[in-house]
Amino acid sequence: MDWNFIIFSLVKIAVVVGVVQGIVAYSVLAERKISAWIQDRVGPNRTAPPFVKYIPGGQFLTRLGIFQPLADGLKFLVKEDFTPAGVKKIYFFLAPAVSVIPAMLTVAVIPFGSNIGAQKMVIADLNVGILYTFGIVSMGVYGIVLAGYAANSKYPMFGGIRSSAQMISYEISMGMSVIPVLLIVGNLNLSQIIGWQATNGWMVVYAPISFIIFMVASFAETNRTPFDLPEAETELVGGYHTEYGSMKFALFFLAEYSNMVSSSAMMVTLFFGGWTLPFWGLDHAATSLGMGIAHILVFIAKMLFFMVVFIWVRWMFPRFRYDQLMDLGWRRFLPLALVNILITAVWLWMRS
Amino acid sequence: MPVVVNRKVLTFWEKLYLPAIVGGLKVTLKHAYNTLFLGKVVTMEYPEQKWTLPTGYRGAPYLVKDQDNNTKCVSCQLCEFVCPPKAIRITPPGQNGQKADRTNAEKMPAEFEINMLRCIFCGFCQEVCPEEAIFLQQDYSLTGLSRSEMIYNKEKLLSLGGEVGGIQKWKLKLDEAKAQESFPVKL
Repeated sequence: MDWNFIIFSLVKIAVVVGVVQGIVAYSVLAERKISAWIQDRVGPNRTAPPFVKYIPGGQFLTRLGIFQPLADGLKFLVKEDFTPAGVKKIYFFLAPAVSVIPAMLTVAVIPFGSNIGAQKMVIADLNVGILYTFGIVSMGVYGIVLAGYAANSKYPMFGGIRSSAQMISYEISMGMSVIPVLLIVGNLNLSQIIGWQATNGWMVVYAPISFIIFMVASFAETNRTPFDLPEAETELVGGYHTEYGSMKFALFFLAEYSNMVSSSAMMVTLFFGGWTLPFWGLDHAATSLGMGIAHILVFIAKMLFFMVVFIWVRWMFPRFRYDQLMDLGWRRFLPLALVNILITAVWLWMRS
Repeated sequence: MPVVVNRKVLTFWEKLYLPAIVGGLKVTLKHAYNTLFLGKVVTMEYPEQKWTLPTGYRGAPYLVKDQDNNTKCVSCQLCEFVCPPKAIRITPPGQNGQKADRTNAEKMPAEFEINMLRCIFCGFCQEVCPEEAIFLQQDYSLTGLSRSEMIYNKEKLLSLGGEVGGIQKWKLKLDEAKAQESFPVKL
């Protein structure tokens, strides 16, 4: 047994999970703040701990709502964990866990930095990284369907059904959209894909249509507007989590935002060069500690950019109708993705 | 009868959604920029900023004093009678009770209570008061830690009401009456 490997893996897991949860907590705040700004409002700017006056710049941080996620988290934790009378108990308890676990597992294969010392900055450097991600991400929908079923109430049921239909129609185009990337790189390992992009330039230049399809599909995948049909508040009360409260509801929330994090991370990894930057000598594996940290920061910055895009789009787009969504998934994106594969394959064949 | 709705046939460019997406992103970005950097916020941060209330705003009813700092209320109990939610409770002074503190009045209430939890700020008390002793004033945000704290007694109402008369009801009535002496009626 390689103790070194186990200890470092555990450390990496702890840090990554911690950072992802932190990002999730603060992306909720970002969501609220950005929505406020877009709608000419101010957003949360009151919450402050009693000792705020001892924190330097505390007033400004309060205006920014920096302490809001702490209050939100505390609220969810201390709220009464209410179970409605008619629910199917086992599934009702299982569903939040089933939806949150895949959301957190996806980050395991994403290379969030080059290396620090001898350690590669990826939890599991799988050779089938992309397949693993797709496999795990599609499991997330089970949680939603299960929640819809377990609630034993009609609107959550609709939410669950919609979610499953939506997932089927988008998962395929999402998978198809990544194939050109794999064709170009010739490898399923995400670290290798980043390595290829470091030498040849970002993938978005080579496969822009793939990127567009992947991005739209990941909006559908994470149940974000314009494809937030499973939790369409105006149509389905609250969607699949109508009957949920307190920490169980918070877990669904966590799952949604973790999915956003992992989708952004995937987009950055596949199409925007992961932790590399084409200038300042950041395009090759780190040789010093500072460079390793810089790579991680570059990755996080790119990822946060896509998180902001996710949030921005949410407050701009009206929701697609159900038939429009199906139409877009099956009759637009699937053929487009297939043609894209064909063109890429022909192009690569002509060049070789 | 079936109704045929003539939908506009979209061009290829429009079908791509792209112009609409870009337009939407531009609009939202402009709004975000305006709020963030130009401070064009439509909301008001309530406890710090407050509305300027229009004259004639009907807030909480308070008792007022006359210019000599005397209680104007004569304990006639008309307001208590007219009050729709029965928020007002007046304890009259009784036969051998305290005399009014102004000379041209017979009596004043021994206790005058308004339950602000019941009061609906309708203004009937102000309307009915023959002595112009109660006025709906500008307060609208009344808070307290208990129900008993929200029952305002005479002392509190008088101190909150101050001396101002607000609308001089009798003066208006007098003007009205005078105006009706001549024809055509001019106000």
